[in-house]
Amino acid sequence: MAGVAGGGGGGSNDFQWCFSQVKGAIDEDVAEADIISTVEFNYSGDLLATGDKGGRVVIFQREQENKSRPHSRGEYNVYSTFQSHEPEFDYLKSLEIEEKINKIRWLPQQNAAHFLLSTNDKTIKLWKISERDKRAEGYNLKDEDGRLRDPFRITALRVPILKPMDLMVEASPRRIFANAHTYHINSISVNSDHETYLSADDLRINLWHLEITDRSFNIVDIKPANMEELTEVITAAEFHPHHCNVFVYSSSKGTIRLCDMRSSALCDRHSKFFEEPEDPSSRSFFSEIISSISDVKFSHSGRYMMTRDYLSVKVWDLNMENRPVETYQVHEYLRSKLCSLYENDCIFDKFECCWNGSDSAIMTGSYNNFFRMFDRNTRRDITLEASRESSKPRAILKPRKVCTGGKRKKDEISVDSLDFNKKILHTAWHPMENIIAVAATNNLYIFQDKIN
Amino acid sequence: AGLGGCLKAPAEGTGDNQDMQEKETVSPERAEEAKLKAKYPNLGQKPGGSDFLMKRLQKGQKYFDSGDYNMAKAKMKNKQLPSAGPDKNLVTGDHIPTPQDLPQRKSSLVTSKLAG
Repeated sequence: MAGVAGGGGGGSNDFQWCFSQVKGAIDEDVAEADIISTVEFNYSGDLLATGDKGGRVVIFQREQENKSRPHSRGEYNVYSTFQSHEPEFDYLKSLEIEEKINKIRWLPQQNAAHFLLSTNDKTIKLWKISERDKRAEGYNLKDEDGRLRDPFRITALRVPILKPMDLMVEASPRRIFANAHTYHINSISVNSDHETYLSADDLRINLWHLEITDRSFNIVDIKPANMEELTEVITAAEFHPHHCNVFVYSSSKGTIRLCDMRSSALCDRHSKFFEEPEDPSSRSFFSEIISSISDVKFSHSGRYMMTRDYLSVKVWDLNMENRPVETYQVHEYLRSKLCSLYENDCIFDKFECCWNGSDSAIMTGSYNNFFRMFDRNTRRDITLEASRESSKPRAILKPRKVCTGGKRKKDEISVDSLDFNKKILHTAWHPMENIIAVAATNNLYIFQDKIN
Repeated sequence: AGLGGCLKAPAEGTGDNQDMQEKETVSPERAEEAKLKAKYPNLGQKPGGSDFLMKRLQKGQKYFDSGDYNMAKAKMKNKQLPSAGPDKNLVTGDHIPTPQDLPQRKSSLVTSKLAG
């Protein structure tokens, strides 16, 4: 499977990214509720779910390929939408609980229905999305419009028959996993056993069984006895894709701990500790903040994991704890802007990252609606932009370049002209094909490859 | 131009190319730090847990005490209670938040525009 786009210049694996679709309004004034907060493909890639700050989930389904339109490779159209979470107020702690959907994770499909977990800061919900395309007609005790029939008037019995009806997609909450987190949930991850999942907040990680809502096991607790001694928090956690006993969690200090649930019930002691040594002479006020890991993702193979910190993406070999095997600079030019990025809080932005289906490429977002892709084999990288200007059907995306100083070439953009309000924090890559979903504030862009 | 693409992990432990390139000048990070310290001289001098971590853990905390509010109203009788001012989340000193100060918490019953 091909990796990252080549911008011309030979190579048998060259292909280019094209605009496919964009969802959402073109408002100048974006309502806070419309800001997309998570994007996730399901295991087959046929469904694409988004969550937003308003607590709503929208699921898109890929259309079957149309023989009469061979160039359009299955568009994503709305399949279902529902209100997952509502704003709440914890009166006891005087705490406002946002309805923002922090994460959505799909369960592997086991029958005709689809299941996903969605979470806000405090509560995880299991949603069942099912289709109804038949309706029973010919009931004995009621009319077609629902009115009850007089039982004394019924002289014959009939067997109701199923008739087709317009497709209706229903979403219903099947489980509510509440009251298990004192702090704010940042991650959920479904285990490869398909029975359990973990949820992580700033200081604790809990293990749940999908069928049981009134109990959860605490498997990691890093809360110090004295909160004055708090030095780091948990920023992300994920189960290993194949080993149901293994999970990792990342910290605000740039470290990753791998834990094995077979070794003890409470996994406070890690089995592996991943940290890149830092040159103490280069340490600054910003060092710890920019080393904070905002996302951790296992490769599909399970051999590697990827971490995203403020300026870079690192690939780690699970067999080597003392440094990453690959480091990719996302926007190194921001290193000389850290002071203003601290003042406008952008330095605390939490970017996510993702692998392609074959683990040959990785993708992450940046500012100015730019997103970056790195091909691990060819070592090539590309910067693309999600914008309405390049939104013509099948329009090829032009690589973008940031000029860091000196002469600005034509088509380059200077660092000072970047729009830091246009952040791409959430991206997703189809599990098997070269289709990507990029969330740009309140718009969802879908791009596909175009084979030359 | 800045560093694009991939850096292979070097043989030594550290990977900070910036330092190697700019031996004579201060690293950009240090220069930015100096800028920040010049603007906020008291930064980073508080003891105890990191400020950022504490702020992160306390996200969402709102302070409206109906008892305080009603007692203050009784004391002031018909006079207006002082309003929150520009930063509605700042609750210190004599200020008591009023119901008008708290942002409206309305759930989004409107369908997402992504589905439109």
